[in-house]
Amino acid sequence: MTPQTIALHRFGLGATPEDRAPDDPRGWVTAQFARFDPRPAPIAATRTALQAAADLVAFQQQRREVRTATSAGATPMAPPPKPADDPELKAQRRALRQDHYAATADARLAAALASDTPFVERMVFFWANHFAVSADKQTVTPLAGAFEFEAIRPHVLGRFGDMLSAVARHPAMLLYLDQAVSVGPDSLRAQRAAMQGRRRGLNENLAREILELHTLGVGSGYTQGDVTEFARALTGWTVAGLGGGGNADLPPGTFLFVPGLHEPGARALLGRRYADDGLAQGQAILNDLAVHRATARHIATKLTRHLAGDQPPAAMVDRVAAAFLSSGGDLPTVYRALVASPEAWAPGPVKFLTPWEWTVAAGRATGQRRVPPGSTLGLLDQLGQPMWRPGQPNGFDDLAATWAGPDAVMRRVEAAQRIAARTPPVDARALAEQLHPGALSAATAQAIARADSPAQALALLLVAPETLRR
Amino acid sequence: MPPLFVDRRGLLMGASALAFAPRIAFAAAATDRRFVFVIQRGAADGLQMLMPVGDPAFAAARGALAQDAATATKLDAMFALHAAMPEVARLYAGGQALFAHAIASPYRDRSHFDGQNVLETGGTAAYQQRSGWMNRLLALLPAQEAQAIAVSATIPMALRGDREVASYAPSSLPDASDDLLRRVTALYEGDRQLHAIWSEAMQTRMLAGDLSGGGGRAGADTGALAAKLLAPADGARIAMIETGGWDTHTGQRQRSAAQLKGLDALIASLRTGLGPLWDRTVVLVATEFGRTVAVNGTGGTDHGQASAALLLGGGVKGGRILADWPGLALAALYEGRDLKPTAALDAFIAGALAEQFALDPARVGATLFPKALSGPAMSGLVRA
Repeated sequence: MTPQTIALHRFGLGATPEDRAPDDPRGWVTAQFARFDPRPAPIAATRTALQAAADLVAFQQQRREVRTATSAGATPMAPPPKPADDPELKAQRRALRQDHYAATADARLAAALASDTPFVERMVFFWANHFAVSADKQTVTPLAGAFEFEAIRPHVLGRFGDMLSAVARHPAMLLYLDQAVSVGPDSLRAQRAAMQGRRRGLNENLAREILELHTLGVGSGYTQGDVTEFARALTGWTVAGLGGGGNADLPPGTFLFVPGLHEPGARALLGRRYADDGLAQGQAILNDLAVHRATARHIATKLTRHLAGDQPPAAMVDRVAAAFLSSGGDLPTVYRALVASPEAWAPGPVKFLTPWEWTVAAGRATGQRRVPPGSTLGLLDQLGQPMWRPGQPNGFDDLAATWAGPDAVMRRVEAAQRIAARTPPVDARALAEQLHPGALSAATAQAIARADSPAQALALLLVAPETLRR
Repeated sequence: MPPLFVDRRGLLMGASALAFAPRIAFAAAATDRRFVFVIQRGAADGLQMLMPVGDPAFAAARGALAQDAATATKLDAMFALHAAMPEVARLYAGGQALFAHAIASPYRDRSHFDGQNVLETGGTAAYQQRSGWMNRLLALLPAQEAQAIAVSATIPMALRGDREVASYAPSSLPDASDDLLRRVTALYEGDRQLHAIWSEAMQTRMLAGDLSGGGGRAGADTGALAAKLLAPADGARIAMIETGGWDTHTGQRQRSAAQLKGLDALIASLRTGLGPLWDRTVVLVATEFGRTVAVNGTGGTDHGQASAALLLGGGVKGGRILADWPGLALAALYEGRDLKPTAALDAFIAGALAEQFALDPARVGATLFPKALSGPAMSGLVRA
């Protein structure tokens, strides 16, 4: 690869037919910071988390009513109809998927295809996966897209700590990692529940994953005691309408601190003491975690892996971690350290594209702008990386071994054929040179030149090694 | 779409294989005996083709797959043949189809590729023998009879060895998609990582063949083609037909029915195409290993051990099922999951070939299956 193609493909999301090889590849990347639009048109047109939460509450309400009605109408001879068969309920479930999940997925793809700030978009995808929620949890499904648009995008050029706080307060994360139902064991709510013979308690899920995945990183020295203390500090952080906070006079999905759920008392973790300031207690811990030395290393390692290869070079990790620490987690400063690192400009391709990256790169290469409604989820399912659905809070892997498999490549070839078939005829020979100026292998050029149709030539370009790697 | 999954093998090998012209040696034959080996790649479920409906454990052990018993053709008190195989049922009734059940090669592990290597080379372990048993069979035949052909673009392992063997694949152009796959193969040729990944992808695709295509028409076309290559007096005496698509880890009921229908159509068109020569022909149908007795979580079965094999032809002493039935009760299963092998495929094949070509059974066994510990070749399979 050349510095030009590295900028376009490794730092960017793949070249489009309109792109020209940048004269100053490093400057081409950093100049995007000033242009980035956190709410481009396709994304601005999608529904918000609050709208999704309102629909979710209506769905849950309907489900309760159907259940009550069916169990009341049951007799020993006639078993009740399954609530899942209720037509109204079915329509609502479908709407939650189409209007929110599928629509936000399409918007994400449309924005990526049209973006002229592809490095910053790449960073959005990186952070959304770093702070992964998974849409296979029913309450998260309609919120997953809004999570990225509301908690990640506005902060991608801000401070890491601000992004962390936005993530920890977003309904998608609070519901996904069960924070919304965590109750302080000695809180007012727990005491009241105990008098009625019920037990309500702590849920450590979000606290643990913040320490293990979002900030310090696994094996960085925190203890189970730290996890529990952090979980106690976070009690009370919940979501109106959908969490353990009851139905405050706030729209469903609004972040809410409920004092009655909060565990009283000061907390001690990682050698520090945090006074009981209610909401501020958990926030103070988040603020410290966001600028912790271990967090800097953890983030620097992942970013370096993303841009310099599956085996992140130690010198680059050190450099990026230092930029993170000295700037207090100022992300543009961190990105500049990435761009300034020679390791990220190594000439050989250093990464195998994930299915999402490949989808975006293939769409950009063919100059696509329009995303047929509802098509993104299905395509990503077929390619093996279901959108916003990693299944685990650690997100999708960023390693070639995960994505460079026989079935995965076969599916890309099949998809390439379909994409090429519906693209207006282009001269793939010229396009290949334009997308990979000075970096096209003889084998690829030959395969494209020998193809028996324009569509076949384009399909071959889309699965050429140059397109599969960056 | 060409009818043979083996056509895809040509894609894997590149353009030269596709351009392979029919090469059939012309020589007067001393006799007119024919032998055809239909290999079922991917581990065909013998319990689905030939259901042991009389086994008290059958219905419980096979779950939803046992529902096919309702429409199956009862062959005797114990066994019933899948309804998708009316041709084979007719041949059985006419004494021209002989089954062997609970039969297996010496291979006792569960890899397709290793299992097929053992089945085709006649070794007792994968890669132990460097040539195929069908090729070594040629050495035992009179020179003028030793003409073999693979109905495929390349020579499968069973036919590889010292003796020259021809191959023939339909010349119809591959469809766009197959052509693209071939070009991708060429594109990745010089890329170490992608070449390895792609080779594996194409191998997997080969296993999911399309014998079942066109509601059995693909199978029928293959059988007709093979008959054309075998029927002429100066044609091949020995042929091998590769079929894929038997690896039914999911949705086995529907997929098996389509596969068996394709196989049945293949046999029917082979018999029709051979005409009077059918009386002088023996067809062997066998697979590398069987499948689990129990149904898995996706309506399919997983890799197992013993399966069923089948001999067909006018000279076959058929209308019988050879089985030392081990039973499907849990305690009777191999490693608690698979049909236990109680008969040796080696001995079955050696016996059939010795009788078909009037050869010394001991010599056939020693040449084709030199390391086999399975005992002497079986006898009484084919009329002299």
